[in-house]
Amino acid sequence: MDFLNAIIVLFNFTVIPALAYGSQLALGAIFVTLIYAVLRFANFATGDMMSFGTMFAVILTYYFQSLGFGLGVLPTALLTIPFAILMMILYMLMIDKFVFSYYRVKKSPPVQFAMVSVGVMFVTQALIRIIIGPSDRRFLDGEKFIIKATEFKEMTGLAEGITLKSTQAITIIVTLIVVSIMFWFLNRTKTGTSMRAYSDNEDLALLSGIDPKRVVLITWVIAGILATIGGVLYGLDKSYRPFVYFNNMLPIFAAAIVGGIGNPFGAFLGGYVIAFAEIFVTYAYKRFISYLLPEHLEPDSLLQLLSTDYKFAVSFSILVIVLLIRPSGIFKGKVI
Amino acid sequence: MRNYKNVIAAYSIMIFLIILVGIFQSWSIALTILNYCLISAVMTIGANIQWGYAGLINFGIMGYTALGGLAVVLVSVEPVKKAWQVGGLNILACIWIIIAIIFVVKFILNRFDKSKLRNYSVAFVILGGIILLRVTAAPGIEAIESVDPAKTGFLGGMGLPVLFSWIFGALLAGGLAFVIGKIALGLRADYLAIATLLIAEIIVSIIKHEEWLARGVKNVIGLKRPAPYEIDLQTSEWFINLVTKFNSSKLNLINSISDKQEALNQMVIDASSVYVKLCFTGLFLTVVIILLIVTQKALYSPWGRKMRAIRDNEEAASAMGKNIVKEHLLIFILGSAIVGLAGAMMVTNDGLFTPGSYRPMRYTFVIWVMVIVGGTGNNFGAILGGFVVWFLWVEAAPIALFLINLFTSHLPETNAVRVHLIESAPYFRFLVIGIGLLLIMRYRPQGIIPEKIIKQ
Repeated sequence: MDFLNAIIVLFNFTVIPALAYGSQLALGAIFVTLIYAVLRFANFATGDMMSFGTMFAVILTYYFQSLGFGLGVLPTALLTIPFAILMMILYMLMIDKFVFSYYRVKKSPPVQFAMVSVGVMFVTQALIRIIIGPSDRRFLDGEKFIIKATEFKEMTGLAEGITLKSTQAITIIVTLIVVSIMFWFLNRTKTGTSMRAYSDNEDLALLSGIDPKRVVLITWVIAGILATIGGVLYGLDKSYRPFVYFNNMLPIFAAAIVGGIGNPFGAFLGGYVIAFAEIFVTYAYKRFISYLLPEHLEPDSLLQLLSTDYKFAVSFSILVIVLLIRPSGIFKGKVI
Repeated sequence: MRNYKNVIAAYSIMIFLIILVGIFQSWSIALTILNYCLISAVMTIGANIQWGYAGLINFGIMGYTALGGLAVVLVSVEPVKKAWQVGGLNILACIWIIIAIIFVVKFILNRFDKSKLRNYSVAFVILGGIILLRVTAAPGIEAIESVDPAKTGFLGGMGLPVLFSWIFGALLAGGLAFVIGKIALGLRADYLAIATLLIAEIIVSIIKHEEWLARGVKNVIGLKRPAPYEIDLQTSEWFINLVTKFNSSKLNLINSISDKQEALNQMVIDASSVYVKLCFTGLFLTVVIILLIVTQKALYSPWGRKMRAIRDNEEAASAMGKNIVKEHLLIFILGSAIVGLAGAMMVTNDGLFTPGSYRPMRYTFVIWVMVIVGGTGNNFGAILGGFVVWFLWVEAAPIALFLINLFTSHLPETNAVRVHLIESAPYFRFLVIGIGLLLIMRYRPQGIIPEKIIKQ
């Protein structure tokens, strides 16, 4: 019984949150990696683009709520995602047309692209703050929990319970659906293959008649979908705050590089690697151990490797280590 | 002289703008802006050395700035004796443990060939060391943080004059840059950018959360100053006399003695704040001019030529026998040290150390915009960039507010759009900076004052 309790404690406080957080990171990391693979630059506006898409979802959610629309037990935000994606893609294509395409035609070095994306980051951040303001917003409605700890305890008769928030379940399910559709698209369809060809060798792809404009357009469309969904899921799970989204860019970058930048599957797993590392290193194992050990051996301290203040620092340290030991990432991305 | 026409023109416009602020807002605000412009200029000199001279992309400016600020606390604050008594030994022991870990790792790396066993043993030593560190430090940290937590709760500093901290800040930042450079300089440009950005984030989070070091997010206030305090000036006779002399014509117009005294008091209060800021301006200006002379000399020396050669073509420079790794490391350290100096200057100017305020937006990206807008590879350009961008950063909000009011004046006061726009006026600074950067990158990629290479 104690052993079961220990497992459940671990599951409830580390595995479930890490899976949800990892899914959110994974969507962002695939976004970064796609842009890197096809358009060949590190996009420093990642976090703010995700925030931009989420902003539309938040505004539309409020609007739908005022009209009385809703999905019952599911959050209204899910209904708004398609509209938000549309706005996001429009914004991205506009940015691409007015900003990035010029440098792509000129074949500028990646550093210049990165600096330009910093400019885009500033503009996007300004637009977000002017439109919706910097404050913290919750836009979750519908049922909050799928399983509550007390219900679980009654059901099983264990001392520890499992809490499954609906946002966590939605996050994991939606991520799996989106990512599988995306991989199917990239690997099985003709357009996806042409995208991969363009990413592998631009000249050869052009030679075989692939239209670069179309590839770029589709990349932005997929990027818009990923960015918006990732952003909305994160916002539903925690809350929507522009500044936090900007900060999230850093673990997302870490996930993309750890997974091997330019490799979407690597980025997907990288998201979970970072999330699990962050949570496992900063989790206090006291309760877990106390179930396993006999009573007189119970530990006094929290048994925490690092305090939760250093959550971000953990992912960054992993990134630095990976960059040093294996710069192409765990799953072999582009060779640097 | 003809060559410098655009430089002189650009700087005159900048000074004219600051004077305009002095006339329309107040001289105190104008001097605050000027001081921050000068500090930004020091940061851009540092960033420009790395990016403009050597082509190294360093997005970790925030980390060095914070470290420079930390140096001010460590140098100038009086030591907290009680904290040292209760926990000093643990902290000193930790420093010895860290040194021991470094030496053991170095020894293993040098002594044994590359193998899995070596990697595992290095990992084991580091992991064991961290656990040992935590066990040693925990009681000490707890004891230190419980010493009068409302006021101190940290070890304090060395109690030296604050100006020493500028040197110490530069040394600290340079030392950190040595470590980071050793680790990360081999990476490709955009990876280096991301790695430095993340390392800076780690540094700031350490400073934020290690309260025994510098009180973390509880902030350290009331730091020493290299300039006199306003309150002392307001009570000293020579200063009041000076103010009276300057404003005698104005004062003579007032007839009643009590009114005169009141007017004089107000003038003394205003003048004291201006005087203190002028002292800072003098100090900062000295630093900027010294740095400008040194970097300018360096740029046109054989060393500067070597750096440019490495920047423009690494292979060719390497074929000529230049040690690229060493030169990159050196310039990384030099640039970072200058940024650290700027960080120390900034905290000295503010008189308080607030680790929570170090954010990548303000301390990394804005500084980069300054370098790119001003002119990479040209020190005059970089300094001008610091001035222009900081000016825009500060004045964008009032100007935006003015424009919003102008364009929405036909709307009623309670109009939702108008109210919303007025509330969001502060965020127009991001818009201005972002659009400015994009325009400069597109139409004048070398910056306002481009790099000039003098043929010898």
